[in-house]
Amino acid sequence: METHECDVVVVGAGPGGSMAAKYAALGGLDVILLEKRAEIGSPLRCAEGVSKKWLEEIDVAPDPAWISADMDGAIIVSPSGHTFKLDESHAGNEVGYVLERHLFDKALAEQAGKAGARIWMRTAAIGVIFEDGKVAGVRANRMGDELEIRAKCVVAADGFESQVARWAGIDTSLDLKDMDTCLQYRMANIDVDPNYCEFVLGSAAPGGYLWIFPKGEGKANVGIGVQGTKCKLGADPKHYLDKFIAADPRLSKGTVLEIVGGGVSTCPGIDEAVADNLVIVGDAARMIDPITGGGICHACRAGMYAGKVLSECAKKGDFSKEALQDYEEMWRDRMEDKLYRNWMAKEKFAELSDETLDKLVLAIKDSDIEEVNVYNLLKVIKERYPELIEEFESFI
Amino acid sequence: MKVVFERCLHCGCCVGSCKQNAIYLNDYVLEFSDSCNRCRRCIKICPVGALSMEDE
Repeated sequence: METHECDVVVVGAGPGGSMAAKYAALGGLDVILLEKRAEIGSPLRCAEGVSKKWLEEIDVAPDPAWISADMDGAIIVSPSGHTFKLDESHAGNEVGYVLERHLFDKALAEQAGKAGARIWMRTAAIGVIFEDGKVAGVRANRMGDELEIRAKCVVAADGFESQVARWAGIDTSLDLKDMDTCLQYRMANIDVDPNYCEFVLGSAAPGGYLWIFPKGEGKANVGIGVQGTKCKLGADPKHYLDKFIAADPRLSKGTVLEIVGGGVSTCPGIDEAVADNLVIVGDAARMIDPITGGGICHACRAGMYAGKVLSECAKKGDFSKEALQDYEEMWRDRMEDKLYRNWMAKEKFAELSDETLDKLVLAIKDSDIEEVNVYNLLKVIKERYPELIEEFESFI
Repeated sequence: MKVVFERCLHCGCCVGSCKQNAIYLNDYVLEFSDSCNRCRRCIKICPVGALSMEDE
């Protein structure tokens, strides 16, 4: 069997993996980045909506090449059709761009390559190599050939599937209540506002929501997430999405150009995102916002932190769990409280009746929020319906 | 497990939902290992209903 050696092997060339590879390579490490697919960023598994400010944080300049549309705001639609429109001045950090993810992912991978990382396409990790009980690399299949890639540290950036961490003995599996199963159609020839992302709440999407994220005039990602525990019918997301589209005259005559499936976690991050010679980043570490389902910004931040910490570890020649604690602290400081708060909120909101959701949307509509984000929305709800928030009000 | 490949989107929902880590997926393959304990979670959450039990 062919054997390769490097400092760091990163599994998965999504945003988290590419950022980790980039910053580890910038730190002078020999990095191999594995991507099991034949094309980075494809097939798509994403609604592509992101906020704007975090791009500065990861030092990536917005590029028209991978921005599909620039949003003016968002519209929240209650179960019985009350709408709450947020324009940009009030929309704050929660809306921003709709991306071309397949191009965004390639741009980040390109940066990783420029920094010196080697990217191996069509190379799937199939197991973890252990030595003296510790992770020592991965086994992979590269275009049909099995090989061993020995590394001082493995970065598990393998997304929602999160298999690398589990092969290494860290349980990243999810309760069905803590995951949503999603389906999305990329549609054309539809008549939706091209400048506003739309979120539809209620039993039309049990435990989740429906979205319409515009991608230019007459085009949008139209999708749904359904909570795992609320799937009863078989192919639930498809059932609810088709029903929603058929009933909406703006969409019902549209053309579907692409079908996208995918899973998102809706739990707080995992308990431990490091082990000896192992770092877990992004969706694989369950860093997705449990309310919005957004994970790109968290994955990018975590990847960047991981790459920087690995560079420091290399100087000391120590990739032990203890040495990797800096990564654990960095990502937890930046996002853990918010993940936990939004997970608690999701636990409540996923169970609300259509009637209560109607009331909530009306309450928000009447309020005078300066900048609309999940935090401020929860504050309004706390004022009007404190019983919904009492278990986690210390986070608000 | 029975997979209707004509429906499967290779989205990985089943892989992430599997408590046993018993599913292997790449762009062209979806395989179940012997550690599958027939819990049916993957069948339940598949967004397009591509999975079922072979003997049912």
